[in-house]
Parts: sequence; structure tokens; C-alpha cells
Amino acid sequence: MNHIPIIHVGNYLLVTVQVDLHDSVALRLQDDITIELVKVHARGVLIDISSLDMVDSFVGRVLGNMTALCHALGSQMVVVGMQPAVAITIVELGLLLDNLHFARNVDQGMVLLQNLIQADSESYGSGSGHAHEQE
Amino acid sequence: MALHNVDDVILVRLAVRKWMLEESFSLLKQTKMVTASSELARNAVIHGGGGVARLDKVEDGERLGIRLMVEDHGPGIANLKRALSGGYSNGNGLGLGLSGSRQLVDQFDLFSELGKGTCVTITMWR
Repeated sequence: MNHIPIIHVGNYLLVTVQVDLHDSVALRLQDDITIELVKVHARGVLIDISSLDMVDSFVGRVLGNMTALCHALGSQMVVVGMQPAVAITIVELGLLLDNLHFARNVDQGMVLLQNLIQADSESYGSGSGHAHEQE
Repeated sequence: MALHNVDDVILVRLAVRKWMLEESFSLLKQTKMVTASSELARNAVIHGGGGVARLDKVEDGERLGIRLMVEDHGPGIANLKRALSGGYSNGNGLGLGLSGSRQLVDQFDLFSELGKGTCVTITMWR
């Protein structure tokens, strides 16, 4: 079974998808992200899909679920590196994915993640559930 | 190619990609056709109870094309109009398979009979 590694980068998780995101792999990845997020109190997850040469509605759903999962766990998620041909295809496919955040590459993705987390903190005010950030 | 489970969907994608690469289709056309193929093959497995996929090269005068036929013997499509209009699609992918594939390819043909099954044929010209 293929296993997608999750790397810790500071306060974030970096996931580089290099294999086909089919059913068992996708489910395993969702589980792994959940476990890691909770274990290390990561505030953000970066998913690098630059190796994916195809995103169909199933993969779109998986990415959407992962975003919802992150939000439920108080984190943000950004998807980076979508190939141009894939971007054109998903738009024509009708896959909106408008609850997802995208950036061109990992660097820009990190900046976006930081901004999203900052905005999140500000909208909830200080002192609510942020104690673990001091660890 | 048999379509019994989701692993077979991957095989269909790989076959389509390989054929199109060999025949020098553009990357964009490859991506669109592979994506459409994935949607249809998945539909056959998930909704059609499994089926078969058949890949052919087609020629129309000077044009060269790739044709994929996906057939299942499932329940058939009850509301064709709704299925082809994006069905239950709410933007996150559910229900997009048929209508989406249609948008992506050059030719789209569908035959469905309630209680008998569904056959979808898509063609991409080079």
C-alpha cells in the first residue's frame, strides 16, 4: 500500500502527494493528517499536488474533505502546485473547490497559511484556545 | 478492460494516458481525456455495479482520435436530464462525473436503459 509521508516544518505539516490519490491512499492520508495535526498541534497544513497530473471529482472531494477536517481541528489548509493543464481541466469539469485555498508553490503557500492563521486568530480574539501555541 | 473496482479505474487512466502520449496528443487534451475517463470508469464501478471499458483509435478523414467506451449493466440512469446537468453537484464534486466528462471531450454519446445499464462513449481528437 502506498503511504504519503507527512513532514513537520515548524508549526506546519507539509504533505507532498507523489502518487495517485486513489481510495485507500486518500483515506489513509486523511487519517494520518488528523493524527499528526492533533499530535503536534500544527496550525496549518500544506498539500503539494505538483506531481498530480490529474485531479478528478473524487480527488477534488478528498481535498475538500481534508480542508473541512483541518478546519474542524482548528487548522488551515492550503493546496499548492496545481499543474496548469489540471487547473484548466477542473474548471471545465465544473469542480469549483471554492472552499479551498490555493497558492502557486510551497513558498507562497507558507505565506498564505501564515496569513490565514493570523486572520483566524484575529477574528476569534486573543486568549481563546491559544494556550498550546506557547509550548 | 474489466471494471470491477476502483483499482481498475487507475488502469483505465494509465491506458488512456499511454495511448495519447504515444500518439502525441497535447498535454491539455491528455489531461482532459484522462480525467473524463476516470469519471466514467468510476461511475461504472460505483453506480453501475462494475462493467467494461474499451479503448480504440479512431480516424475521421485526416483526424486521429481516441475513443473510450464505458459500459455497465447497472440500474441505468433514472433522470437523464438531471444527471447531465450536473445532478447533485454542489461544487465539491458529487454528481459531476457525467456532465463534467461531457464538457471535457470532443464527442460524447450516452445510451442508458433503466434496469439494463448505461453505455457512455467519449472521443478526443488530436
